[in-house]
Amino acid sequence: MGSLSDAPTPAVSISGLTCGYDVRPVLQDVTLSIAAGQFVGLVGPSGAGKTTLLRVLLGMVPRVSGAVHVLGTPVRHGPPAGIAYVPQLETVDWNFPVTVEEVVLMGRAMKTWPWPWPSQADRTHLHRILGRLGINNLARRHIRDLSGGQQQRVFLARALISEPRILLLDEPTSGVDVKTRDEVLHLLSDINGDGVTVVLTTHELNAVAAHLPQVVCINGGVVAHGDPDDVFTPDVLSRTYGADMQVVRQDGLLLVADIAPHRLRERLRHSHEHQHAATEPWHAHVHAHAVPAVTGSAPDGEP
Amino acid sequence: MPILEPLDYAFFRNGLVAATLAGALCGLLGVYIVLRGMSYIGHGLSHSVFGGAVVSYFIDWNFYIGAGLWGFLSAVLINATARGRRIGADAAIGIITTSSFAFGVALISRGRSFTRNFEAALFGNILGVTVTDLWVIGAVTAAVTAFVFFAYKQLLFLTFDPDVAPVYGVPAGWLDTGFALALAATIVASMQIVGVTLIAATIVIPPVTSRLLTDSFGRMLVWSAVLGAITGFMGMYLSYHLNVASGASIVLLGAAGFVAAYAYSSLRRRRMAGGAAGPAPRTATADLFD
Repeated sequence: MGSLSDAPTPAVSISGLTCGYDVRPVLQDVTLSIAAGQFVGLVGPSGAGKTTLLRVLLGMVPRVSGAVHVLGTPVRHGPPAGIAYVPQLETVDWNFPVTVEEVVLMGRAMKTWPWPWPSQADRTHLHRILGRLGINNLARRHIRDLSGGQQQRVFLARALISEPRILLLDEPTSGVDVKTRDEVLHLLSDINGDGVTVVLTTHELNAVAAHLPQVVCINGGVVAHGDPDDVFTPDVLSRTYGADMQVVRQDGLLLVADIAPHRLRERLRHSHEHQHAATEPWHAHVHAHAVPAVTGSAPDGEP
Repeated sequence: MPILEPLDYAFFRNGLVAATLAGALCGLLGVYIVLRGMSYIGHGLSHSVFGGAVVSYFIDWNFYIGAGLWGFLSAVLINATARGRRIGADAAIGIITTSSFAFGVALISRGRSFTRNFEAALFGNILGVTVTDLWVIGAVTAAVTAFVFFAYKQLLFLTFDPDVAPVYGVPAGWLDTGFALALAATIVASMQIVGVTLIAATIVIPPVTSRLLTDSFGRMLVWSAVLGAITGFMGMYLSYHLNVASGASIVLLGAAGFVAAYAYSSLRRRRMAGGAAGPAPRTATADLFD
């Protein structure tokens, strides 16, 4: 494992990139450099281009202009070497007839051609990775018979078995409970500790992005890049999300809140007073969230 | 012995071998087709190939070369159309294959004297299987089995996760083309046995049946090929004894096997649900028909 000082080449270097799928560009004039060994979160509203930026690094998005280098090598058509990708779990076909070990071994599909069965080296790698992620006992299970956290680990294992230097993850914490989310983040932090550059997308500002060493705010381009303490300001966040945001700092904690739900509640309360036919559940709902600045969830930018 | 009686006829022996091989072949490739959600490609491609068969008849080309080339081009065209995000695979199949079929029908309707030959192509004619046909279907079975064997890991990854497989170096373009070629060859070789109109069933029924019985990809592949071969073999016997068209007896036997597997997996599911408290675990049966 090379230390940071041995590897002056950035893991990712993008300059003047404009790209998209059809006529309208998704990302415009993006310039971004991610040092080797970093742990970076890409944040922004839906449709801001977070996933597209990941796919740019994989060489899977048509480019209009600009240059993309991964580990010092220009990315043209197709994925560069040394990169691994964990897709959103929602995109997985859970009814597909595969077991945990079959999925994980896909990460070595090109390494032990031509036999259809796993080689001795495949087996060694498989058990090492499954053991490390604590899912060795699940190897023969069907992927549908797993918890959310276990499913995330399986796809992480498939990425790690290819021994990547850069790990890309699309929304690794979406749709999982709080405990699983924390486990996944700890795992990723361990992996990053081994020298692997980790880049993930997330829409959870408070729960995920605020804990990462670096964030990149994206909305059709890069709005800001740096330590969340420096980057998460009302101005940057408003430009990223196109909505008014508040930032609360207390005892070294950073909390971001969307002001809009607060206003919505004001309006609801207002209409409530005028409509005596209001039902009890609404009452409970409004009062349970009486402290919007602290408990208000991060906006996910859904229209 | 009535079981051995039909084996006295050379045409039946040829037909039996051809139906068994075609059943295994369609069952094997069918696994990938069903899991990709392209069940109708078999139906479509066989119609498309029919257009190619008519054209090769008219320009006096060898049936296998003309129809095979036509089917391969149709499959590649379907893949290319479906990959551009504007048109779904189902619509691409619908447009390309029906227009190709219509082209064949148009040509036939201009020269009505050929109609009888093409009736055989539409509904299958096991009595007409020649030794050459046997060689062709044997060669196609060997080639397709080799393709599936040597590209097993890559095809599995590409079928499960077509978006991510290329990230890990899986050559998606080459494999898609190879698969289109294998599928076209399978359809051309099996067309005479089951017929254009019923070939889709031999591609879809064995994999769906074996999916009900296993959760492992490798086992599903083997079982589907074995089930296809068994239904081909038994279907031929049924065809002889009941005096019905071979394509129909093969497909109906496959459908009966599916119903049995469905009943079995439903029963198993109910028993599991009865044993454990709480909601019933999801099984393949539930997911396939949601």
